[in-house]
Amino acid sequence: MTTTLQSETLGQRVLHGLGGFAKARETGILLALVLVVVAATAKNPSFLFSADGFRDLLLSPSILLLVAIGQAIVIITRNVDLSVGSVVGLTAYLTGRLFIDVPGIPIVAVFAIGIVAGGVLGLINGALVAFAKVPALVITLGTLYAYRGINVLWTGSDRINASDMPKEFLGLGTAQLLYIPVLTIIAVVVLIAAGWYLRNQRGGRELYAIGSDPDAANLYGLKVTQRVLVAFVLCGALAGLAGVLYAARYGTVNSQVGSNYELTAVGAAVIGGVAIFGGSGTVWGAAIGAYLLYTINRALPILGVQDFWQRAVVGVLIIGAIVLDRVLALRSTRKLVEARDDANV
Amino acid sequence: MSTPSTSAALELRDVAKAFGAVIALSRGSLRLENNSIHALVGENGAGKSTLVKIIAGLYQRDAGEFELAGAAVDFRSTAESKAAGIAVIYQEPTLFPDLSVTENIFMGRQPTLSLGRIDRKRMREEALGLFSRLGVRIDPDRLTLGLSIADQQIIEIAKAISLDARVLVMDEPTAALSGVEVERLFAVARSLRDEGRAILFISHRFDEVFDLCDTVTVMRDGEYIATSPIAETTVDEIVRRMVGREVATLFPKEEAEIGDDVLVVSGLTEPGVFHDIDFTVRSGEIVGLAGLVGAGRSEIARAIFGVDPYSAGTVTMKGRPVAKRNPKAAMDAGLALVPEDRRKQGLVLDSTVSGNATLAIRRSLTRFGLLFRSAENAAARTWASRLEVKAASLDVEAGTLSGGNQQKVVLAKWLATNPSVLIIDEPTRGIDVGTKAEVHRLLSQLAGQGLGILMISSELPEVLGMADRVLVVHEGRITANLSRAEATAESVMFAATHTTEAAQ
Repeated sequence: MTTTLQSETLGQRVLHGLGGFAKARETGILLALVLVVVAATAKNPSFLFSADGFRDLLLSPSILLLVAIGQAIVIITRNVDLSVGSVVGLTAYLTGRLFIDVPGIPIVAVFAIGIVAGGVLGLINGALVAFAKVPALVITLGTLYAYRGINVLWTGSDRINASDMPKEFLGLGTAQLLYIPVLTIIAVVVLIAAGWYLRNQRGGRELYAIGSDPDAANLYGLKVTQRVLVAFVLCGALAGLAGVLYAARYGTVNSQVGSNYELTAVGAAVIGGVAIFGGSGTVWGAAIGAYLLYTINRALPILGVQDFWQRAVVGVLIIGAIVLDRVLALRSTRKLVEARDDANV
Repeated sequence: MSTPSTSAALELRDVAKAFGAVIALSRGSLRLENNSIHALVGENGAGKSTLVKIIAGLYQRDAGEFELAGAAVDFRSTAESKAAGIAVIYQEPTLFPDLSVTENIFMGRQPTLSLGRIDRKRMREEALGLFSRLGVRIDPDRLTLGLSIADQQIIEIAKAISLDARVLVMDEPTAALSGVEVERLFAVARSLRDEGRAILFISHRFDEVFDLCDTVTVMRDGEYIATSPIAETTVDEIVRRMVGREVATLFPKEEAEIGDDVLVVSGLTEPGVFHDIDFTVRSGEIVGLAGLVGAGRSEIARAIFGVDPYSAGTVTMKGRPVAKRNPKAAMDAGLALVPEDRRKQGLVLDSTVSGNATLAIRRSLTRFGLLFRSAENAAARTWASRLEVKAASLDVEAGTLSGGNQQKVVLAKWLATNPSVLIIDEPTRGIDVGTKAEVHRLLSQLAGQGLGILMISSELPEVLGMADRVLVVHEGRITANLSRAEATAESVMFAATHTTEAAQ
């Protein structure tokens, strides 16, 4: 009985893989992204087929992508981090300050300090959530304002300008490797690493388990507190990296950098199929969601959609994604129950 | 006793556990041998679940000794108990619905390759191996979402086997299973026993205990009572040990004048839930609805009150039919339902005592569509004082009251509607003994004033002490209708567990 079962599955596996791709939650959103790009390109070929157009398409969403990956990891554990925008702002300003206050500081050190600083801010969020047992929504709403307040206090009316930072650092923001922007490469490397971790490491799978049913995770003897802490630290560290890259990409940093990133990042994750109540979804989906959100913003004017409709479109996308999630969940529950009844007959 | 010849698989001696002032377990002892299936029986509230949670590492004992294979242990978390080879299967399986069956079995200890990469292929093969060994067919790749309770329990057992657990605890695993599924579970349990494992089996069903187990331990009121080999004991003896207490003292039953039929239920049927339910409640009468947890008693009550649907049968109040699926109509007809879980269904914990007490009669308290605090307080005061609710004032939050006082507030809420029949589900669950007697006195008084009471209770002494008549429900059917004189612990327990044998 076992042998037939296994030989069946070998054959099935290929089909399973293909079917899995067609059925995956991420495929739909990827199709939507392709559709938007094709439509915009048809209307205005330079959207894709020009050096600038192609570069912008890849480059612009990269920073948001990093933030969305971190957000997705946190949401998978049935939490949320609303402070990421403020973390991006703080670390972006920190980056500029480092170049001004420590002349000749190596670029690598700036990256490391930015990431660690973001991680520490994430640790504060995580510790408050994990030990104080207050919902993440409330805690991170608080730290959103607190971190931004520190940023405003520190920056004042000051502004970091491109002339304050070394050329090689600013070069990173626009540099390309084989026509692909370096920022995009960094974002994709992080994406692959995060995707791999969540799929193939025990720690990654436990994040899903915790989000799926926190009480069961406790009964299983999983280290819930520690894992949730790690998720917040990762999210903060990625936001820190995004802050450093923001400084490199735009060259000017004031006290409002990264405002509203948190909502865009949550939106990207939700549109990409990460369930808002945790337990399912992938960082791949969140990444595609981030690309879609940015690309739509660029494509809508080209398609002749008026400015004030553009935000509405984003709203429709988010609500649509959640409704779709609910419908799919209900359908799959029904299917699974039916499958059970069939098996019992 | 002090120097056993061989060490037991697991031994607890005089273990105690209290939660604040409530003593859940005062003297729990248990000795599990290898190669054995050990039954643990006792009424609800006897301390079985607390004992299990101590074994699982979920609670830490306050006193007593805990040994595993002869060595003293002290679990501070479920992870430690698991690592020591103890697997617990809870009545409600605890699985991750969003993850695959295979992942659920191996979560936290997946086989890994280099770089800590999870070996999915091996994990899947091991899952298939476990299922074929258990003789079941469950797709290892499917999500756990939507699996039947029986299949979820099989997954829990597969988990326990893959852990190579030496001690397996099953807390009422059969409560939600059909006959075939129970047989399958038992076959698995026996084969695990034959591999030398120790199994603790908690059940309310004596036929199962006698069918499966070789030893039985009885607990009562948080204490160890006795352990005996199954072959040397009888159902009667076990029941006597389970119940054996002075029932009368706790239950200040007053004589009430029993009047005419008020609530008449006939032929009530909802396929799969309950069948052909016929009974009457007369004014001044307390009718006890006894049976095991899950027998369908609460469902019957909810259907009568119009919360749940029923497909056939009628409910009449004082000769007038009551519309189905319409709680408002049931309330207007003079019915009131005090639900089982008062914290979830009966009480708005964040609201005040008076807000809660007048919740069901709000409509009649409003003037020009506005609700005035003074009217609310005046209405609440009447009932709060009649029921002797102990609260600093009527404005304190209901959530801050003790369990017994919360129950009184819920009662006040429904009595304010001036009902002629009160349906009350588990009136004293989670209430300490002293307050229990107070709630009982209250119910008895209300009956004396001509109220008909349908009391659902899983606590035998409560049913025997309070009810004028006892209806026993077993698997959705009324299997006995006993007068106060006929109702004994033995006769009620027999009807609640033994229909199959009685039918044979």
